[in-house]
Amino acid sequence: MQDRELQRHSHKQSISLEIAARNIEDLGNEMTAILSEAKHVANEMAIPAEFKTSRRRKRPRRYIADLDASDDHDQEQGRSNANFWLVARSWRLPARRYTSSGDKVQPADEENAPKHLLPFEKQFQQIAQLSLQDCELPAKHPLENITEDEAVQINAEPPLPACSNTLKHYVEQSETLRQLVLLGVDLSKLEQRPNVGNMLIRLDFEKDIKEKLLFLKEVGVLENQLGPFLTKNPFILTENLEDLQIRVSYLKSKKFTNTAIARIISKAPYLLNFNVERIDNRLGFYQKELGLSKQKTMNLVTRLPRLLTGSLEPVKENLKVYEIEFGFHKNEIQHIISMVPKVLTANKKKITGIFDYVHNTMGVPHHMICRFPQVLNCKLLRIKERHLFLKYLERAQYDPSLPNYVSLDRLATLTDEVFCREIALATVKDFEIFQKTL
Amino acid sequence: MRRAYRELQGLFAVYKPPGVHWKRVRDTIETRLIQDLRSLDRPPQPEQVRFLLGSGEGQDPSELTLTATNVPVLAEHPLVKGPPFPHLKVGVGAHLDLPSSGVLILGVGSGNQLLQRLKSQHLSKEYIVQGVFGKATDDFSDTGRLVEKTTFDHVTLCSLEKIIAMIDGTHRKALLTYAGIDLHSQEAYEQAVAGLLRPSHKTTPLITGIRCVHFDPPHFTLEVQSLNETQQYLRKVVHEIGLELRSSAVCGQVRRTRDGPFTQHDALLHSHWDLDKVRAAVAEAGPRVWAALRCARDVQPGERRESVRATNTESAEHT
Repeated sequence: MQDRELQRHSHKQSISLEIAARNIEDLGNEMTAILSEAKHVANEMAIPAEFKTSRRRKRPRRYIADLDASDDHDQEQGRSNANFWLVARSWRLPARRYTSSGDKVQPADEENAPKHLLPFEKQFQQIAQLSLQDCELPAKHPLENITEDEAVQINAEPPLPACSNTLKHYVEQSETLRQLVLLGVDLSKLEQRPNVGNMLIRLDFEKDIKEKLLFLKEVGVLENQLGPFLTKNPFILTENLEDLQIRVSYLKSKKFTNTAIARIISKAPYLLNFNVERIDNRLGFYQKELGLSKQKTMNLVTRLPRLLTGSLEPVKENLKVYEIEFGFHKNEIQHIISMVPKVLTANKKKITGIFDYVHNTMGVPHHMICRFPQVLNCKLLRIKERHLFLKYLERAQYDPSLPNYVSLDRLATLTDEVFCREIALATVKDFEIFQKTL
Repeated sequence: MRRAYRELQGLFAVYKPPGVHWKRVRDTIETRLIQDLRSLDRPPQPEQVRFLLGSGEGQDPSELTLTATNVPVLAEHPLVKGPPFPHLKVGVGAHLDLPSSGVLILGVGSGNQLLQRLKSQHLSKEYIVQGVFGKATDDFSDTGRLVEKTTFDHVTLCSLEKIIAMIDGTHRKALLTYAGIDLHSQEAYEQAVAGLLRPSHKTTPLITGIRCVHFDPPHFTLEVQSLNETQQYLRKVVHEIGLELRSSAVCGQVRRTRDGPFTQHDALLHSHWDLDKVRAAVAEAGPRVWAALRCARDVQPGERRESVRATNTESAEHT
């Protein structure tokens, strides 16, 4: 139910279409050049410009770019094939390309651009200005005969929607999105997060994404993990490469090994979005609170990297619970954490329930729980059922000094079959019959 | 995958463990079924024919030709479209509260409509209720705040059975009033004898049968058959039994052993909550559910049972 509500909420934040193509300037210049020529010819021949044919076109009319279309003009400028002619040129909506990254909203060479406008507002302004200048080029009549070459190059794709809730309408046309899907990024999850869809459409694969991916590979993230990494943290694509490198070099300066860094970054994708000061604060927090040596803190963080990116308040609370409510000593807590780091981020109600049952109902003392901290990570229902079964069979004995001792970790972690066979000395069927009497 | 989904539609019963909310049971089963469905074989990805522009081999670069290729439709890729089965309609029959355990009927997909129909049949439910003499608490259960402590040496099996018979009698009288039948008719007598009297609409909790199965003071166990009850009502009954016996009692465990046509034997334990077991359970329960739905025609509120019975007997005589 909650999932559905979240979906509805995110769909309300629809993605607006960013008409992306070549550089604004180039197109502007081209348009003005064509305009002036058209006007000149019109003036000469005293025919209204709109009735002129397209004799002056420098290249064949192209409606939507094909993936393999040869284009001298574009290749000169070194661009890739799939240029973003998302809407037919004859429809008077000049294609534009956005520069990447949230920081650089306007390209640096646009001096006269009013700074207060958003990118697409500026373009709509330009479109409005151009149309006001009567830039209407004469359209070809649909039934007019055209050459074979021109016919072959017509590629009539359906128009892209201006607004959409999903990225699947744009994935065929957008090279960035296509490459992301081939990498393994889950676009269906990302489009539900607010603003991520917009951001991904604006990015350029060749310019921004590629270098970040190469950087991640260098750091040690496996190739098949790049997709899931970006699914969890797409905002790494808007970070500066220099910043990322500084943060990795900071981790190296703290004497983390390369494999450790690779593991930390794979398991905690948001870490590289934190600045150096923040990472430093968190490492310091764990060292101070847990009272472990530097090497042990580093091992702990390597084993469970999400300690660094997660919230610190629950960790503080859990530590207080262990000390005050459960009554563990400091060295016992350190031992538990170094064996099972997950208990730091576990749900307070859950561990309280388990500890209460194990200590008060089952009668297991503190030092035994400390020896087998896996029991705190287990499900309460499982422990309850198994304990009651053993009690029914009169085999519930958790004191190692007495015979027929049952160790807590075996009770908690073994599968049903092995538990029944080795500890309860009964069949799984008996256990099931017993479970139905609880 | 589609076949598995079709075979899932229907009703099945699970065994709700104590201490787990019924909603969590429903959510767990939904998640698990969706996970298992997604792991099955999927139909192949649709493809489309695209004509790519390019120069042919060994020809002029200026000469353009179209080549037809089969490419997969990227918009239909699971990473773009999303995985199949974003949600599954799983409905719950009669609820069980947090400390109780037992048979909980669930319906998947089109089985949810059967849940509603089954509810209108007013079929009884059976419970095993465990009680302890000597204590009284504020919420009638053994985990509540203690209110008073009493002795229970004077309580014997005989006195307990007397009280139980009294409860049985009062509820039977109530059942007669709610049955919506003319009490002075032959049909009413036959139905009452056969034990087929059922209320025609939603009523207060009614106990159709109660007996003591185990008596070992201070512990005792009752088997209760009832209609429209809640588990808290059953705990209250235990408390009142204690009061009637001039002692006090709290309720330890309330466990549902039967809900309509589903018994404890058919209920799936939490270690068996996966696609194959649920499919098998749905297939097995199908005939029994349809038999239960067919056994008594649905009575509209206000309609008297006698007229329904009369039409049925007439049609039986004619055929």
